[in-house]
Amino acid sequence: MEFLVASAVGLLTAAGVFLLLRARTFPVVLGLTLLSYAINVFLFSMGRLAVNLPPVINDLNKGYTDPLPQALVLTAIVISFGMTAVIVVMALRAYLESGSDHVDAMPERRSGGKDGQ
Amino acid sequence: MMHWIILPIVLPAIVAPIIVLATRRDIELARVFSLASTAALLALAIALMALASEGRIETYAVGNWPAPFGIALVLDRLSALMLVLTAALALAVLLYASNGWDTRGRHFHALYQFQLMGINGAFLTGDFFNLFVFFEVLLIASYGLMVHGGGAKRVRAGVQYVIINLVGSSLFLIAVGLIYSVTGTLNMADLAVRVPEVVAGDRALLHTGALLLLLVFAVKAALVPMHFWLPGTYANAPAPVAALFAIMTKVGTYCIIRLYTLAFGEGAGASAWLAAPWLMPAALVTLTLGMLGVLAAERLRQMVSFAVIGSIGTVLIAVALFTPQAMSAALYYLVHSTLTAGALFLIADLVAERRPGYGDLITVAPRFAQIGLVGALFFLGAIAMAGMPPLSGFVGKLLILDSARDVLGRTLIWSVILTTSLLAIIGFARCGSTLFWKSAALAGAIEIAPPRRAALPVVAAGSLIAGTILLTVFAGPVTRYLDDTAAQLFAPTGYIDAVLGAERGNE
Repeated sequence: MEFLVASAVGLLTAAGVFLLLRARTFPVVLGLTLLSYAINVFLFSMGRLAVNLPPVINDLNKGYTDPLPQALVLTAIVISFGMTAVIVVMALRAYLESGSDHVDAMPERRSGGKDGQ
Repeated sequence: MMHWIILPIVLPAIVAPIIVLATRRDIELARVFSLASTAALLALAIALMALASEGRIETYAVGNWPAPFGIALVLDRLSALMLVLTAALALAVLLYASNGWDTRGRHFHALYQFQLMGINGAFLTGDFFNLFVFFEVLLIASYGLMVHGGGAKRVRAGVQYVIINLVGSSLFLIAVGLIYSVTGTLNMADLAVRVPEVVAGDRALLHTGALLLLLVFAVKAALVPMHFWLPGTYANAPAPVAALFAIMTKVGTYCIIRLYTLAFGEGAGASAWLAAPWLMPAALVTLTLGMLGVLAAERLRQMVSFAVIGSIGTVLIAVALFTPQAMSAALYYLVHSTLTAGALFLIADLVAERRPGYGDLITVAPRFAQIGLVGALFFLGAIAMAGMPPLSGFVGKLLILDSARDVLGRTLIWSVILTTSLLAIIGFARCGSTLFWKSAALAGAIEIAPPRRAALPVVAAGSLIAGTILLTVFAGPVTRYLDDTAAQLFAPTGYIDAVLGAERGNE
C-alpha cells in the first residue's frame, strides 16, 4: 500500500508540475488542481497509513489512526477548491479582456515556433 | 487570559461583512466604517505594543483549548511591532484610497479589512497550520485587491500572482506535512521543544520540511530566485494596494525570523541555524538584483518595486547573520523600508494622476500641478530609500553595517551594501531629475481638473514620509525597543514557556 500511495503522489506531482509550466492558462489550472490532489493524498499519509483503525484512542482497539492530518486535509481541500474557482474566473477574465490565454502575455513577440509551448 | 490579543483579528473580520452588507450602496459610509476600524486597529496595536514592551509574552488559547492541542495566539515584542507597522501603513494607505481609488471597483473596503485580518492573524498566530490559513485569508483578499479596477494588464498580472501564490501554498502544505510527520506537532513552541529530540534518521526529513518552508516564505518575501512575481504584481496593482503590499513581503520576512530563531535557533541541536547558509547568499543576490532593477526601470512604480526587492535583500542580510545586534538592525530597516516603500508607491501614483498620457513613465513631460510639493515628497522618499543621510535609511544601513563588523565575509557584505546604495542613488537621482527638473525645459503645463479633495492624497503620502522622519528622530527609543525585541527572539525559552507553561501547570 505504501508503494501505491507514494507512486500515486509522485505521478500526480510530476503531471501537475509539467502542466504548471505550460504557457496557456487552462493547462496551468489543471496542473494546480493535480498538484493540490497530490498534496491532499500526501498530507493524509503523513499521519501514517493505517487500515480499519478508528481515529480515537480507547481500550478496545490496539491502535488508532491519526485524526489531525485528516482534519488538515479537509481544510486544504476546501481552500484549494475555492482557490481553483478564483483562478478559473480570473483566467477567464484575463482571456476575455485581452483576447489571449497566455499566462505570460505578449504572444505577439513570439516569432514562429510551436504555439502554446 | 487577555482577550485583547484576538481583537486585531476579530475587529476587521466583523467590520468587513458589515461593509459588504450594510454599506454597499453608500461609499461614504463604507469609508467611515473602514477608516474607523483601521484607526481603532492602530490604537489597539499601540496599546498591545505598550503591553508587550514590558517584556512579558502574552498568549491566547482560542476556544480555551490549551496549547499544543488548540491554536495559540502569541503576542511578543516582534508581533506587537508588526501589528503597529501594519495598522500605521494601512491607515495612511486607506486615507489615500478614500479619495477615489475605492470607487473604481467594488468591495474595496471589505477586501481591505479582510486583508488586514489576514496580516494581523499571520503576525499573531503560534501555530503552523493556522499560519497557513491566515496566509490564505490575506492572499484571497489580496487577489481581489490586486485586480481592483480591472483592465487587461492588471488582470493578467493578477493571474500570475495567484498562480505563484497557489504553488507557494502547495509547498507550504507539503512542508507542514513533513514537519508534522517527524515531530507530531504544529504548534511553533512545541516544535521548538521537539526539534532537538528528533532522531538522527528523521532529521533529513525535518530539514527538508523546514527548508521547504524557507522557500515558501522566500516566495512571500520575494527573495531571489523567487522574486519574479513582485515587479509585475506591484507595478500593475492599483497604487494604494501596491502601497499596502509593502507590508506583505514583510509577512514572509517575519515568518523567516520567527521560525528560524524559535525552532531552528541555538537550542535546536543538530538543526541549529538551519537557514543561515541558504539565506545569506540569496539575500546578497536579492539586494544586487533589486538595485540593478532600480537602474533599469522604465516606470516609477516598477522602480519602487525593485527598490522593495532590494530592501528585502538588505533586511535578510542582517537577519541571516543571526546575532541579536544584527536582528535589531534588520528590524529597524524593515520598519523603515515598509514606510518608505508605501510612501513611494503613493507618490508614484500622485505623479501618474497629474500626468495623464505620460503616467508614471520616467520621461520628460511638461510641468504638472503641485510639481514642487510632489517633487519634494519624492526626494525625501528617495533619500530614505537609497539610504542617504539624514533619513532613516541611512541609520538603518549604518546599524546593519555595524552589526556585520565582526563576521566572516564582512568585506563582501559591506561592499555589496555600499555598492548597491550607490546604484540606488543613481537610479533615484536619474528618475527624480527626469520627472521633476527637466520638465522645466519644456514649455507649457499639463492641466487637469482639480481632484475633489486635493489635499488628502498628499497628506496620506506625506504622513508616511513623516513616519520615516519620526523613525529617524526617535531612533534612540526605537532601537532600544528593537534591541529588547532581538534579545527576546534569541532567548526562545521565554516564548516556549509562555505558550506551553500554562498547560504544564494545569497537569
